[in-house]
Amino acid sequence: MNSLLSVVVALVLFSMTSHALERLTLTGSSTIAPVASEIAKRFESLNKDVRVDVQTGGSSRGIADARTGVADIGMVSRALKDSEADLKAYRFASDGIGLIVHASNGVSSLTDQQIIDIYTGKHSHWNQVGGKAAPISVVNKAEGRSTLELFLKYFSLHPAKIKASVVIGDNEQGIKTVAGNPSAIGYVSIGSAEYSISKGVPIRLLPINGVAATTTNVQKGLFPLSRPLNFVVSKGPSPVAKRFIQFAQSEKVKDLIQGQYFVAAEK
Amino acid sequence: MSLQKSDRLVDVYLLVCAVLSTAIVVFIVLFVAWEASGSFVDPGVLSFVMDPSWHPTYSSYNLLPMLVGTLVIAAGALVVAAPLGLLSAIYLQFYCQGWLRSLVYRVLGLLAGVPSVVFGLWGLTVLVPKIAVIQQPGASVLAGIVILSMMVLPTMALSADAVLSQVSSELLLAAKGLGFSKFGLVFSVAIPSAKAGLATGFVLQLGRALGETMAVLMVTGNVVQFPNSLFDPVRVLTSNVALEMAYAMEGHRSALFFTGLILVVLIYALVFLSNRYFGGTHEG
Repeated sequence: MNSLLSVVVALVLFSMTSHALERLTLTGSSTIAPVASEIAKRFESLNKDVRVDVQTGGSSRGIADARTGVADIGMVSRALKDSEADLKAYRFASDGIGLIVHASNGVSSLTDQQIIDIYTGKHSHWNQVGGKAAPISVVNKAEGRSTLELFLKYFSLHPAKIKASVVIGDNEQGIKTVAGNPSAIGYVSIGSAEYSISKGVPIRLLPINGVAATTTNVQKGLFPLSRPLNFVVSKGPSPVAKRFIQFAQSEKVKDLIQGQYFVAAEK
Repeated sequence: MSLQKSDRLVDVYLLVCAVLSTAIVVFIVLFVAWEASGSFVDPGVLSFVMDPSWHPTYSSYNLLPMLVGTLVIAAGALVVAAPLGLLSAIYLQFYCQGWLRSLVYRVLGLLAGVPSVVFGLWGLTVLVPKIAVIQQPGASVLAGIVILSMMVLPTMALSADAVLSQVSSELLLAAKGLGFSKFGLVFSVAIPSAKAGLATGFVLQLGRALGETMAVLMVTGNVVQFPNSLFDPVRVLTSNVALEMAYAMEGHRSALFFTGLILVVLIYALVFLSNRYFGGTHEG
């Protein structure tokens, strides 16, 4: 009886070691997470011995986790700051941030100054910027989101100056909020907005500085309000992490990146 | 194995279970307090009421507007849901009969089981745009109160119903014998005798309303400000943690844990008060 048990135990142990999986953990930006999951699935199907785990939590978490080693790779949807020089970033795609209004909104473009005035509460009604006589509902992002940081940086705004009517978390909530409110203005990732528009969601992207908010313009590097999508590792990443990043930057996943309305990095 | 021995085994096993489950709660509260402790030193507890605003990435940590927002929305939900819940329970217990009664029970049970995010999604896509037609931006104190009261109403009705069903039948029969009308029976006999249990149920639901996150986050607009009207957007303490925790670091992070600690204290205070003044959660 005992010998049978030890054989079973040995078999179980053997089967566990022979299928030992290498684990790769990615955490960070909620913008990158969906495309990273897609890339991860393809990577797993080509490397049967690797399991990739993708978790969101924002770029700040991506930075923190890559630093502490909680994650092998951090997903960060902005350029690294000077204080983050201890990490190494690999750009694999770009994303643009576009201002969105309801599809029924008559305003077809806003100057940078008008956008600043709307977000700081100087303009409170659409007729002040050439629209209907309706109050403007300003949709802003919660503190800590990289979309907010990029938006503030581009328009040189201080968060305390912003007079928001609604504060949202992720892109999807922002799109739903604007789609449900003809007087709202918000900003989200152009990729996610284009995707929703293609699904018939009643929102419209506004040009920035005369440049249409399209993924094509982001790709050409023409769109002013755009950001890099990076995989970030601490110095000395594991071989698997390196292989994953090379894979993400290769032609083999270009269709996945475009499928999420991002722009693959020039290689 | 003797009966006594097995009894002792069960005894030990149950003790371990009880200690474990209470230890987990204690551990969680200690963890939250520990993580929040950084805030007591820097920036100090006073900043949570004295700072000019809530801009944690710029070291400004005033939580007061969110505390007020939380209390307003939770209390509002209670004011709407408590009378409705009580009246539904009275209807179920004393007036409703037969198939209709079992149908209403089933629907209430179903409603009580709907995940809060579903209420939130409905609020965001249906209720908020409707309110926005009356006054922009739609995401508001009002939306939060409506969604929360819808969420606590079913459990409120069911718990009040359970309490009313505990009213001794002798008491009711005696009242009937004395020639009470049904209305008198309900409002002069049943409700006064079930008062403590009903109040406890409502207080517990208030605690649940205070702790509700997702649905409220989706419909209240989350702007940090003291609301001046029902149509103003407002941020509650739970939403604050949910919106920002994933992105927070250092001082910001401990300020969010401090937010959580306030919620824990609020809810414990509620449970304590309900035990103190309404004689515990077990008495009917």
